[in-house]
Amino acid sequence: MDWHSLLTSSLEQALGPTAVIYCLAAIGLNVHFGYTGLLNFGQAGFMMVCGYTMVAMATIFDWSLWLGLALGLVFTVVFAFILGVPTLRLRADYLAIVTIAAAEIVRQTAGAAKFSEYFGGQDGMTGFIGPFRAVNPYSSEVGIPGLFMFGPYTIWVMTVGWSLVAASCLVVWMLMRSPWGRVLKSIREDEDAVRSLGKNVYSYKMQALVLGGIFGALAGVMTGLRSASIGPSFFATDVTFFAYTVLLIGGAARVLGPVAGALIFWFLITALGTFFEQATGGTDPLIPAWIMDANQASLMRFIFLGLGLMLLMIFRPQGIFGDRRELALDAR
Amino acid sequence: MHAVSPRRLVALVLLLAFLATAGGGTAHAVSSPEGEGTTTPAPAAEPCATIRDNDDDKLQVIGRVCDRRERPQVAVPDVRIVVEDTEGEPVGESTTEPDGTFVVDLEGESIDNLGMTFTVKVDEETLPEDTKPEITERDVTFNLDRDQSVTFPIGDAGPGSAGFWTQALQLSIGGLVFSVLLAMGALGLSMIFGTTGLTNFSHGELITFGALVAFAVDRIPGQISVGGADVTVIFAVVVAFAVSAGFGWLNDMTLWRPLRRRGTGVIAMMIVSIGLSIFLRNIYQYFAGANAQNYSQYSAVTPWEIGPVLLTPKELIVILFGMATLLVATSLLAYTRIGKATRAVADNTALSASTGINVERVINIVWISGAALAGLAGALLGLTQGFDYQIGFKLLLLVFASVVLGGLGTIWGAITGAFIIGLLTELSTLFVSAEFKFVGALLVLIIVLLFRPQGLLGKAQRVG
Repeated sequence: MDWHSLLTSSLEQALGPTAVIYCLAAIGLNVHFGYTGLLNFGQAGFMMVCGYTMVAMATIFDWSLWLGLALGLVFTVVFAFILGVPTLRLRADYLAIVTIAAAEIVRQTAGAAKFSEYFGGQDGMTGFIGPFRAVNPYSSEVGIPGLFMFGPYTIWVMTVGWSLVAASCLVVWMLMRSPWGRVLKSIREDEDAVRSLGKNVYSYKMQALVLGGIFGALAGVMTGLRSASIGPSFFATDVTFFAYTVLLIGGAARVLGPVAGALIFWFLITALGTFFEQATGGTDPLIPAWIMDANQASLMRFIFLGLGLMLLMIFRPQGIFGDRRELALDAR
Repeated sequence: MHAVSPRRLVALVLLLAFLATAGGGTAHAVSSPEGEGTTTPAPAAEPCATIRDNDDDKLQVIGRVCDRRERPQVAVPDVRIVVEDTEGEPVGESTTEPDGTFVVDLEGESIDNLGMTFTVKVDEETLPEDTKPEITERDVTFNLDRDQSVTFPIGDAGPGSAGFWTQALQLSIGGLVFSVLLAMGALGLSMIFGTTGLTNFSHGELITFGALVAFAVDRIPGQISVGGADVTVIFAVVVAFAVSAGFGWLNDMTLWRPLRRRGTGVIAMMIVSIGLSIFLRNIYQYFAGANAQNYSQYSAVTPWEIGPVLLTPKELIVILFGMATLLVATSLLAYTRIGKATRAVADNTALSASTGINVERVINIVWISGAALAGLAGALLGLTQGFDYQIGFKLLLLVFASVVLGGLGTIWGAITGAFIIGLLTELSTLFVSAEFKFVGALLVLIIVLLFRPQGLLGKAQRVG
């Protein structure tokens, strides 16, 4: 067992671009679920709408990425309205089902062979990354020798990504200590009480859905930048579920909960993955092949993930930094 | 990298088969039962030849054109085939031989053409007069040693709409099979929701569980015969039903009942069910692998021709058996004591507890029967179309759509919703390509919620 490589690869994943993506997605879910009590299970859809718009505008019409990003954010807002209008007056689980369905609609439509001329079908789109690569200020590897090392492009994506995370956290922090944020939190606790004070609960929920969706949209943009390509497989339903796990590990309704969650989640997932990969690899594996082969080893981290999510929700729903009283929400 | 030696034949085998998707009410569409049909389109009626290998080092497009409305398939001679490159320039053409085969030579060494895409077109003018092709061209990319079978569906030229309606009828059969299975899943989900308030995201895994159990039983060496007939798979389906019931009991006893005791909120339980779904799905893949599987029997059966439509015996059995199961389940809910108790708990838990109904026992029975229905649906689904470790997860959204469409927590709503969604997914392929059939069903869900948020049969209930 090579503990050192296990540690370095886990650290690199915990700090790397993938953790940034899930962190941003979880910040959006924090606004939805943590602060307002909305069950958005279609965060992958929000990510995809913005990411795909930006990339498609760049590859089809040669737009700049900035312009594509702006249009993508507009589409994200429209998407949030389409989902919110029918469901925000209903019980919480209706929003859950509609958002998960809408995310799947977007994914299957954009990945369809019929539109492969524009969106590249299941392969997705590439060849838009030039302008972003061109402004990369890094020219060499960055890192602490012996702990982690990132290539020049990865560190550039990380710089942009973690800056976005910092800005998003700042926005969430400022909003949630404002009167507006207090209304959101009280909607989570008791909708009727808020309504009796004359607040338009429907409108506040819609604003929260849009705001959280925009953070999700930034996660979608980062997905495109990380991989220098974008495709439907990056936005499967499980992406949303993983983002929820990230949020719940760190602690919902805490500004820095998603950040801590993303670091811990990706460290553990990679450590588990590497451990089982090493334990089943080589000529004399630690775990004999009749118990577990290399394919099965790659599943172990997801088995632990599912188990972990269940145990977390049962025994410590507030996560590491959360406050249990803040998560006393219930479906209506 | 010298993957291609110059002497090697690199041929793309292209099967152009005339598939009459609509048998049609027209006389020449279905060969007469005597077999010596006098109205067959190809008078020569030479059986369609298989493609022969050919030993030169040129790159060629080879293939055959067969009329699949006949059994055995007959060759279609004298059809002009044109091969064009990506710019639309013709690079070669040929005419089908009396045995239906054709060969189109391509210019240049084989290595030059690798990775290139060509369009193979059928000249419509040269097709037999009574056929009406829906697609007349296909793009093919040359990859080494990769045979490709391409189907050109061609309907009858007859009076337009007849083909459409027979096609609709044919698709409704598939839709009914799907609806029945969907309804079994939806009924369980809806009952569990009604009695416990839990939106169970791991319900799809209960469906997969049934398919896997049936597969495991089917895999046990030896076969089970009753009166000389091999009934291994039927036995496997029955076992899947029973074991799934036990799995439902286990689910409730080890996880959900303790959670209810602790007073865990329904949203927390929903997230627990997501965790359970991820956990079980990967456990399934751990033991069953990622490949699609089929049972040992009934994976390929010859269909009956009933009028213009084709119906396989297993489709009929699944429809009848599924309908009977649904009827039994709903009758139990409607007329038996425990069924009435279930509906009472779904309506008002506290009130039914105070009238002496053992709520925990009712919920336990709901879990057992819901899981049994889901498992049966999974086993039958595996029987009709094969399965893999995530078949239930793929189906879950459509089950949700059915339940929400009919009205969350209602029994008849779940079944009505399932039939609407099931038929809609299949029939939508009449108008849009098959890859959008799930998208259409999910869109209907969102549109219905816009106008009738409580679902078709749900009670209006203002929230917010």
